[in-house]
Amino acid sequence: MNSVMQYVLYVGILVAFAIPLGFYMSKVMDGENNIVSRVLGPAERGIYKILHIDPNEDMGWKKYLAAALLFNLFGFILLLLILLCQGWLPWNPQGAEGLSWHLAFNTAVSFVTNTNWQAYSGEVALSNFSQAIGLTVQNFVSAASGIAVLWCLIRGLTRIKKHGVGNFWQDLVRCTMYILLPICLVTTIVLTQQGVPQSLSGNRYVDLVEPIAADAEGNYLADAKIDLEAGTVTVDGDVVENAQIITQQVLPLYPQASQVSMKQLGTNGGGVLGLNSAHPFENPTILTNMIEMVFLLVIAVGLCFSFGRSIAKRGISRGMKQGIAIFLAMFVLMVAALWIGAAQEQNATPVLAQNGLVDTALGNMEGKETRFGVTTSNTWAVWTTCASNGSVNSMHDSYTPLGGLIPMLLMMLGEVVFGGVGCGLYGMIGFVILTVFIAGLMVGHTPEYLGKKIEPHEMRMAVLICLATPIAILLGSGIAALLPGTAGSLNNSGAHGLSEVLYAYSSAGGNNGSAFAGFNANTPFLNVSLGLVMLFVRFIPMTATIAIAGSMAAKKRVAESAGTLSTSNAMFVFLLILIVLIIGALSFFPALSLGPIAEFTEMLGLG
Amino acid sequence: MKQTVIRALGLVVLMTILCGFLYTLVCTGVNQLLFPHQANGSVIEIDGRTYGSELLAQQFTQPEHLWGRLMSLDLTSFTDEEGKPVMYAWATNKSPAGEDEDAMIQRRIDALLKADPSMAGTSIPVDLVTVSGSGLDPEISPEAAAYQVHRIAEARGISEEEVQSVIDKYTTGRFLGIFGESRVNVLKVNLALDGILSEND
Repeated sequence: MNSVMQYVLYVGILVAFAIPLGFYMSKVMDGENNIVSRVLGPAERGIYKILHIDPNEDMGWKKYLAAALLFNLFGFILLLLILLCQGWLPWNPQGAEGLSWHLAFNTAVSFVTNTNWQAYSGEVALSNFSQAIGLTVQNFVSAASGIAVLWCLIRGLTRIKKHGVGNFWQDLVRCTMYILLPICLVTTIVLTQQGVPQSLSGNRYVDLVEPIAADAEGNYLADAKIDLEAGTVTVDGDVVENAQIITQQVLPLYPQASQVSMKQLGTNGGGVLGLNSAHPFENPTILTNMIEMVFLLVIAVGLCFSFGRSIAKRGISRGMKQGIAIFLAMFVLMVAALWIGAAQEQNATPVLAQNGLVDTALGNMEGKETRFGVTTSNTWAVWTTCASNGSVNSMHDSYTPLGGLIPMLLMMLGEVVFGGVGCGLYGMIGFVILTVFIAGLMVGHTPEYLGKKIEPHEMRMAVLICLATPIAILLGSGIAALLPGTAGSLNNSGAHGLSEVLYAYSSAGGNNGSAFAGFNANTPFLNVSLGLVMLFVRFIPMTATIAIAGSMAAKKRVAESAGTLSTSNAMFVFLLILIVLIIGALSFFPALSLGPIAEFTEMLGLG
Repeated sequence: MKQTVIRALGLVVLMTILCGFLYTLVCTGVNQLLFPHQANGSVIEIDGRTYGSELLAQQFTQPEHLWGRLMSLDLTSFTDEEGKPVMYAWATNKSPAGEDEDAMIQRRIDALLKADPSMAGTSIPVDLVTVSGSGLDPEISPEAAAYQVHRIAEARGISEEEVQSVIDKYTTGRFLGIFGESRVNVLKVNLALDGILSEND
């Protein structure tokens, strides 16, 4: 009972925060005056002045695209250099050395594309400088880039016979300064109050209550007797040669709180630490978990309402309802995923139950934190893969076979169930265009969306948006599974091993970044191929979206007729869900059967 | 086009200053000032000696201590300033339907029953035989703590009620009575049992 109440309240809280935030974002991006812009206005104008930017310039779609791509390219180069050179840079009390070329490439791509796939563990590999100046900056601007492109599309859909689609510089600066920065500043303080560290002084070492013994190679010695005075370790009465006595533990301290707030808010998800938001230093209490979990989706959900408000303002009839229709389609898919995942994790597995020796009332607790338990962990797992966030508060690799299928499937659908900030919604609008087209074919009427005719050019672009993810995932994981080297990266054998490969490419192909984290992704082939997948699925749909915006802006708005297919009623919501699921299911059912579904049947003893 | 290139580069630099340097320094300054204990790792320090962080697990194997989640220790990745190895831990990322997990759980059950054979008829709460998500989960469920009361009381020669009352003191309920799960802070219970943590902490 409590579990159902938690699910319902978590969803309720999310929507309750998302709606007002959505309206606020609409105001900010449309340049309406608000409290924050009155305070920070001079700083915004200062930036334009330094860079000689004319904020009133209305860019054509090609110029907007060039600005977006160049900005991301330079961000990528800067981050790549920081990661390669961190050993020589300041703010490095950790003594971290430069990353290998392929890991640096993978990580830089990963953060610029808003994926935040982690082939490294932060506390082992990165300095304060790389975390705060490299990764955190991309957390902000990759999120802002996605939201900027969404507004470019909104303008394209609503302008009549115009050339321009907006000003990329202005979109990016406003989003960063008026939406992301203020929310993160406040959240950082709350997170630290709850226990998330915020320090530039590097690792700290503290004493253990019970010392630990290890052999010369560092393997833990169970049942060892430790004599601290003499410095000897005995196991079963025999003294162990060259044994080590470990009396301290390491506390990995970084400016965690500031980075964690932004990684959640911007659907980035890359943890300061390897184990991400499961780690008590990123997510120590249930309150921090609630904040971080709502942040996973709050902007993406809010943007559906921003979309409704912004198009209604520009004269689209029933504009708000158009936004709500898209919200509802996404919402239904999310609730369904929560529902299915919940039962799987609560039921645990025969291995956990050990014929009744173990009491599994708490569900599958392998890879889960005590404070979160099954309900809160499952909510997070579903939300982080609905959003293209990818941060985790439990280990998805240790989910039950079908429990782990849900996050994978959500990523395979192309991250359009809310999805990444901005890109989730423009991705879904790609599916909307596809749906309108297919429905139009069925009734024999020219397809239209928001009064704009959908013609072959827009259709080609929409297909690029919808199919980029499936193509990237299937080609990538197919090639990887055929290569003999990949087997060395697996942490589990059999069908679960294939799930690890499939999950990795789904994560990259959905710009998600979560992992079946036992999988060792830090090899040259995997780093490069996953990096290329991330670039492909980020920038192909982004380019196609801006192209659609450009061609739509130039069209006239046609009047609604009796034959026009409504895109704001229940029938359309149903059709949209169907199209998303059909593309996802047709593309991935064979692969899923060999991974999680095969493991499930084995577990039941059917295999 | 040339102008666009220069502006893109310039904006990357300005955003790095704003969202990298300024943002991080302001956050660090404010939090170090307001919450120095939390900002530096929530370390338990009594009379000049540290006893770990209240947020990170330690390995407990002695019968008189409360045991936490099963740990997958890493004793090689980190060293202190003098190059001596220090403890860290990770998740296992094992499938809960796999053979590795099976063997791991059986070893843990054997260790628990060896430490207190009288519990042979009682089933063991699942969080005591599994590794957590962070590998450093500092807490266990109240059920997992209750399972160990008999062993701790016997090893210390005190009553089970005394042990249970210490556990109750460091048990936190669900947030607002609804969210998350109830749990017990293992390190604090052990420090209280050892008489290191005083009544008021």
